[in-house]
Amino acid sequence: MKYQSEYRDAGAAQGFAQQIRKITTRPWTLMEICGGQTHAIVKFGLDELLPAQIELVHGPGCPVCVTPLELIDKAVQIALRPEVIFCSFGDMLRVPGSDSDLFGIKARGGDVRILYSPLEALKIAKENPTKEVVFFCVGFETTAPAHAMAIYQAKQQGIKNFSVLVSIVLVPPAMQAILGSDTNRVQGFLAAGHVCAIMGYEEYIPIAAKYKVPIVVTGFEPLDILQGIAMCVAQLEEGRYEVENQYTRAVTEAGNLPAQHYIKEVFRVVNRKWRGIGEIGSSGVGLRPDYAEYDAELRFNVGGYTAEESPLCISGLIMQGQKKPHECSAFGKQCTPEKPLGAPMVSNEGACNAYYRYRRAELATAGKR
Amino acid sequence: MSTLKDFTLSCPLPISDYPTVTLAHGGGGKLMHQLIEKMILPAFSNSLLETRHDGAVFELGGARLAFTTDSYVVNPLFFPGGDIGSLAINGTVNDLSMCGARPVYLSCGLILEEGLAMETLWAVVQSLKQSAEIAGVQLVTGDTKVVDRGKGDGVFINTAGVGVVEHGLTIAPSSVRAGDVVLLSGDVGRHGIAIMAMRQGLEFESAIESDCAPLNGAVQKLISGKVEVHCLRDLTRGGLGTTLIEIAEATGLQIVIDELKIPVRDDVAGACEVLGFDPLYLANEGRMIVFVPESEVARALELLRGDPHTAGAVEIGRVSAEGGGLVKMKSRIGTTRIIDMLSGEQLPRIC
Repeated sequence: MKYQSEYRDAGAAQGFAQQIRKITTRPWTLMEICGGQTHAIVKFGLDELLPAQIELVHGPGCPVCVTPLELIDKAVQIALRPEVIFCSFGDMLRVPGSDSDLFGIKARGGDVRILYSPLEALKIAKENPTKEVVFFCVGFETTAPAHAMAIYQAKQQGIKNFSVLVSIVLVPPAMQAILGSDTNRVQGFLAAGHVCAIMGYEEYIPIAAKYKVPIVVTGFEPLDILQGIAMCVAQLEEGRYEVENQYTRAVTEAGNLPAQHYIKEVFRVVNRKWRGIGEIGSSGVGLRPDYAEYDAELRFNVGGYTAEESPLCISGLIMQGQKKPHECSAFGKQCTPEKPLGAPMVSNEGACNAYYRYRRAELATAGKR
Repeated sequence: MSTLKDFTLSCPLPISDYPTVTLAHGGGGKLMHQLIEKMILPAFSNSLLETRHDGAVFELGGARLAFTTDSYVVNPLFFPGGDIGSLAINGTVNDLSMCGARPVYLSCGLILEEGLAMETLWAVVQSLKQSAEIAGVQLVTGDTKVVDRGKGDGVFINTAGVGVVEHGLTIAPSSVRAGDVVLLSGDVGRHGIAIMAMRQGLEFESAIESDCAPLNGAVQKLISGKVEVHCLRDLTRGGLGTTLIEIAEATGLQIVIDELKIPVRDDVAGACEVLGFDPLYLANEGRMIVFVPESEVARALELLRGDPHTAGAVEIGRVSAEGGGLVKMKSRIGTTRIIDMLSGEQLPRIC
């Protein structure tokens, strides 16, 4: 397939692998930020192609995984209301809340719908004027413009029976939280290509300088990731710590300016809680005061709700790169995709799910990473 | 009454896990398998059921027969390449064919929703008729019920079928041997994407048509060509991946397939990239895998390629003596990974 098969070429992959082996003289620990990259690495077995000195740790870039438990509980409470049509991206539906996931609410008669775009929720609101339509705005900078546009359009068109439950988080503050931790092991980053397609990569330049870490904006296909690793290792070996762009076919330094405009129009930066990690200052966005009428937490009065996570789940350590999924005592035992304790086991992009789907039998027999 | 009480007391699926049925229990993945294994099989335990094939094969009055049933619920009722009528005929015809039987008679139960347009019903009935003619089977008994508006999705159909087994082969996972070659009858994933595209209003440059088709013609060619068929399985809800896992688990052998050899049309692959789906787990309605010994591969492929519904047949992998009941896939970049069963239906991703 065009624009896909050429980035999955076996010969070129071996070429990059060889290049990485040639330049690597010491052990290095790299973190890929985005869950989409984690899945590509595990699915295609890219780490098998790397020299033993290169360790990849899996970052916090899975929107489903970092959405805090209490927000799932709020979503469940709202979705249970008879007047509500609760709309969400598909992969949020299986994430466990304290008592139920959204699929469970659907089975109990709640009107829960899977959508591909927040704008579809607006259409549903217009078609169902007697219902309250709520969209679960989850994601990173990548999906923020689509959420912003739906909310902006709702205001422009005076649609009153539409609101949003917002849990949008930002990558750079999470990177700084990881780098600032006493137990940090990460020496270089593969930044998330699609986040940078929206935001550009200017904001990563001071991070690279402050923490002396190379950051390579990287795509999602096998060759993108291998090339990103090669660029990152080259910087580490040469003692450089710059921001470089591997994903030039999608990312520019300034990013997508119209998309950024709508994000700023609708959202402001706020503190956000990350599932398994805790609160990180200025690490997400919430609605600006002039859009507060679209805030589902206010409309359905679920703002003050808090919840405790399972003590068995170590997803926070996994998402900070301090543990691998199979090092968790619950992995594959109390925690499986059918009965997940934490979100990384649920989501397509979650590290635990990726290890479970692609590595479980090997881990059981070989005990290797 | 005591049996009912016992059954209730020892409900094998703890209700703390799933107090209600979820869609994932019908998604063709792990939850559905658990439901069947833990609730359905123990409840009706008998030797025919426990073969866990697409249908039951037994001797009756001197004849060797195959018997199967399936229910069809699909939204939308009509989609590119098929409709609920053609699904209901081909699905049951294919289940009988996978037992190595020649399908002969089908029953048809229609559950209609109050308010359904008569014209729609007529179109479904016409499709049932045409599909039965194409597959060479007769609808010989049936039933019609109407439910209140809002309690059905327009039309639900159940078909059951009877076929005759006219050979001495045991076509089942128990016949699969190490060294057997896995043949796939054509490209995968089109039915799943065709339905998804209609449901979600996704548009592609040209419509992706379902692969819905009867496979009895191709199976008859293999049987009458005296090919030593070890196992046949049609790929339905859970797709190629789930079907291979079912057979690997049933045999305890390992199946190794090659990603580059699995035909996936470009438009299907593109849709999968956009939606975050894996074509290995997409539904098919006219595709099967065939297990044959290596010595039979060339002849089996020639016979399959001579049938219009299996013209795209290819070899995709092999059964290895290594145990574990696993399915492994050589990726296109030369690495190997395990193919695991999904928990439920695939869900579109966020970004």
